[in-house]
Amino acid sequence: MADLLIELFSEEIPARMQARAAEDLKKLVTDGLVEAGLTYAGAHALSTPRRLTLALEGLLDHSPTVREERKGPKVGAPEQAIEGFLRGAGLRRDQLEERETPKGAIYFALIEKPGRPAAEIIAEVLEATIRNFPWPKSMRWGAGSLRWVRPLQSILCLLSTDDGNEVVPLDIDGISAGNTTEGHRFMAPGRFPVTGFEDYAAKLKRAFVVLDPKERQDAIWQEATNQAFASGLEVVDDKGLLAEVAGLVEWPVVLMGAIGADFLGLPPEVLQTSMREHQKFFSVKNPRTGRIEKFITVANRETTDNGATILAGNQKVLSARLADAKFFWENDLRIAKSAAGMGAWVENLGNVTFHNKLGTQAARIDRIAALAREIAPVVGADADLAEQAARVAKADLSSEMVYEFPELQGLMGRYYAEAAGLPQAVANACQQHYSPLGPSDDVPTEAVSVAVALADKIDTLTGFWAIDEKPTGSKDPYALRRAALGVIRLVLENDVRGGLAAIFAKGYAGADCADLLAFFHDRLKVFLREEGIRHDVIDACIAMEGNDDLTLLVKRARALEAFMKSEDGENLLQGFKRANNILSQAEEKDGVEYSFGADEKFFEHASEKTLFAALAAGGGAISSAIEAEDFAAAMGGMAALRAPIDAFFEAVQVNSDNQVVRRNRLNLLSQIRKVCGQVADLSRIEG
Amino acid sequence: MTETTAPRSFQEIILRLQTYWASKGCAILQPYDMEVGAGTFHPATTLRALGSKAWAAAYVQPSRRPTDGRYGENPNRLQHYYQYQVLIKPSPPNLQELYLGSLEAIGVDMNLHDIRFVEDDWESPTLGAWGLGWEVWCDGMEVSQFTYFQQVGGHDCHPVSGELTYGLERLAMYVLGIDHVMDMPFNDPQSPQPLTYGDIFKQTEEEYARWNFDVANTEVLLRHFEEAEAECAAILAQEHMDPKTGKRIIMAHPAYDQCIKASHMFNLLDARGVISVTERQAYIGRVRALAKQCADAFVLTEAGGHSQEATR
Repeated sequence: MADLLIELFSEEIPARMQARAAEDLKKLVTDGLVEAGLTYAGAHALSTPRRLTLALEGLLDHSPTVREERKGPKVGAPEQAIEGFLRGAGLRRDQLEERETPKGAIYFALIEKPGRPAAEIIAEVLEATIRNFPWPKSMRWGAGSLRWVRPLQSILCLLSTDDGNEVVPLDIDGISAGNTTEGHRFMAPGRFPVTGFEDYAAKLKRAFVVLDPKERQDAIWQEATNQAFASGLEVVDDKGLLAEVAGLVEWPVVLMGAIGADFLGLPPEVLQTSMREHQKFFSVKNPRTGRIEKFITVANRETTDNGATILAGNQKVLSARLADAKFFWENDLRIAKSAAGMGAWVENLGNVTFHNKLGTQAARIDRIAALAREIAPVVGADADLAEQAARVAKADLSSEMVYEFPELQGLMGRYYAEAAGLPQAVANACQQHYSPLGPSDDVPTEAVSVAVALADKIDTLTGFWAIDEKPTGSKDPYALRRAALGVIRLVLENDVRGGLAAIFAKGYAGADCADLLAFFHDRLKVFLREEGIRHDVIDACIAMEGNDDLTLLVKRARALEAFMKSEDGENLLQGFKRANNILSQAEEKDGVEYSFGADEKFFEHASEKTLFAALAAGGGAISSAIEAEDFAAAMGGMAALRAPIDAFFEAVQVNSDNQVVRRNRLNLLSQIRKVCGQVADLSRIEG
Repeated sequence: MTETTAPRSFQEIILRLQTYWASKGCAILQPYDMEVGAGTFHPATTLRALGSKAWAAAYVQPSRRPTDGRYGENPNRLQHYYQYQVLIKPSPPNLQELYLGSLEAIGVDMNLHDIRFVEDDWESPTLGAWGLGWEVWCDGMEVSQFTYFQQVGGHDCHPVSGELTYGLERLAMYVLGIDHVMDMPFNDPQSPQPLTYGDIFKQTEEEYARWNFDVANTEVLLRHFEEAEAECAAILAQEHMDPKTGKRIIMAHPAYDQCIKASHMFNLLDARGVISVTERQAYIGRVRALAKQCADAFVLTEAGGHSQEATR
């Protein structure tokens, strides 16, 4: 058994790529080794900004010998055939074995592929891994042609067995594998040899490198929370930032600094965004006031002055950044509070193109405002407020703060609308009308926000539909799928009732509304699949009238899905399909539609009477349940039909020789189709 | 460590960079004599990054970004500023170390500061160029851009050049501990006639900001843009063989000058606020087309690695 240590040492790997790259290294190398017959007991992959490391334990030191038997031509077969067989097997004539079989004497080749030493296999696998590594973006450097994420500087590839250590011989574009690595760039420069993973990890730690990203993250978080706690403060949780920062350092040193008093009046989101985006600082807040008062930065080294110079430098950079932010904030507030208020910004949006075929942002705002008025009564919002909100909701796009930090759009709108003294519902709509942005984003619930959010998205969708810029395949540059999903969630989660078609018709003129509705239905299927509702169940409901009322559609689909999962549902579906098939075939053959309803006097069998009665009673019950949108009750009504339908098919042959009886039975079947058809188009359900 | 004393002025930092990179074998070039937006536009970078010939050059490049003008009031925004630019082809394996040596040379004590290489991929849509690299942080401040050029003017770079760009004012302010650029000593503060950055540039920042934002004649600028575009095409359309000398003379550099000119005209028009969002892309595309044609021409010249053998 052997252990293998691989380190690919390079110039700084982007933080966001390190974890994935370490896992890719593990997968590619272990897959390659196993493929070649080298199994192993354990593997783990680690990374720092300058290295990807893979450690394998319990690796076979040779791949096993493989024996293969191949049947060849008959003894005495033409010479050509035998030669060909020998070439394929890589053997000589005297190495073949003759065997008697019922079909006569036949040549057999016994091919033995001897196992190969691990080092040889590793060298091949590692070279292939490096040459084909799936970096999201890679580059060349110097005069070479090798690609890596940044210049690859050295390869450590060490195989350890009981007999000692062996550098796996490997040379890629002039980089020869060795047994040495480097410590921290500044705190422990220079290369040193290692003997195996434990020695490697221990020596690296002495050379100021924490190899395990998880350990770096934990250390940073622990130290950050300790320092904050000691000042009676707490660190604002930010897992994404923590992972990123841990990917920027090999030897994390946490430093906490104060934010200048001048800047404490900025909205906390502005502080947080500026510090996070520009400086990769954590925010530290005062739990009593909720204000962000300090920051935490993570340096990559210890210094003799305990980080004083580093902290002072960071503080200075932050002050310059926040001075900008404060300047923007104060300028923006001055405009928001002026007589023209946010109107000045909206006017400015007249110069900003939204899309060259869809006009300016200002024109778009006019459309959204008109549409929000139309939608307002549907969602229970005051039409004047909805229009007012729509008119200012995008004003902050002209503000200096949003120009600098686009991710604060909407939020700044709320602050500025509040400063301008606009109604709270209007201010809230500024912030919330973009939502929901993703599948996990909260959906607005305030009526005015809902109206503007719907109007915004529907204007976008009908607009891009009108100019025929629909999503195709993986291309969706205007995020129209996300917009449609947003509408779906707004409607469903707020129980919005009424048809979308009427609203689409009031959106951007010239859109193919039927096609857009079909797009919505596709999105709805994807959305409901997460809930476990089958696409064919949704199709059965989409086939019904009023399918642009998504709330109703989904209510129906959920009830039908539950019913189809029950035994009654499954059997009823079989009964329905049988009835429908027989009926459709007969209708096609006879060229008529059997829709008269059966006549009791032609019944020959009790089961026909029972079914007739059940359909009469059930039909009424189901239709009033549907009327009341009580789909559970409608499904209950359907369940009650199952037994009579089953009994009917058990007892009688529909296609009787007696044409009158046959016609009457077909009319009875048509009744099944009609009654079930009130609930959903069951013919679309598979199975 | 190469230097132990702290520099005292903006010009001392520049001089130290010049001495350092000269000692590392770079040709110290002079600034290009045209208005450019960044040191990358100097033909010593844009054109010399192309082709197979080795290259090593360093220079200061005055750069103009009309939209960044703040009448000299912003502590670190200027419409005219200086970049220090290093281009080495092929990129040497120790380029990071060479770079760090340059920081030490200007007085950054590696034992006290936190230097980081943070992912930042560089792209110039106007030059049709891109590369991978980092922005270099010193105590959280971006002090340089470090790029391995992958493509310039639409051509793959082979070999790859390593490019270093230092924003000189910001770096110097940090090293000298100055909060407002205009307060920065330009020459030695102990000299008989000490001059600050503001003594030299405060007034010009005001003058240019006013002209850039409010006065520049946009019709003239637009005409210049179009003339430069036409001239570039006309130059490149000439026969390679010069009828007067009988020599093969491809005029890649004069054509590229027109590309630079068009790019600057575009920047001025942009500052005047007469270019809409949609037009912007179209203008950038036009400049890129020029840069690409110049690159196509340069690789056919001797400096661009074209061998005379191949043409015969």
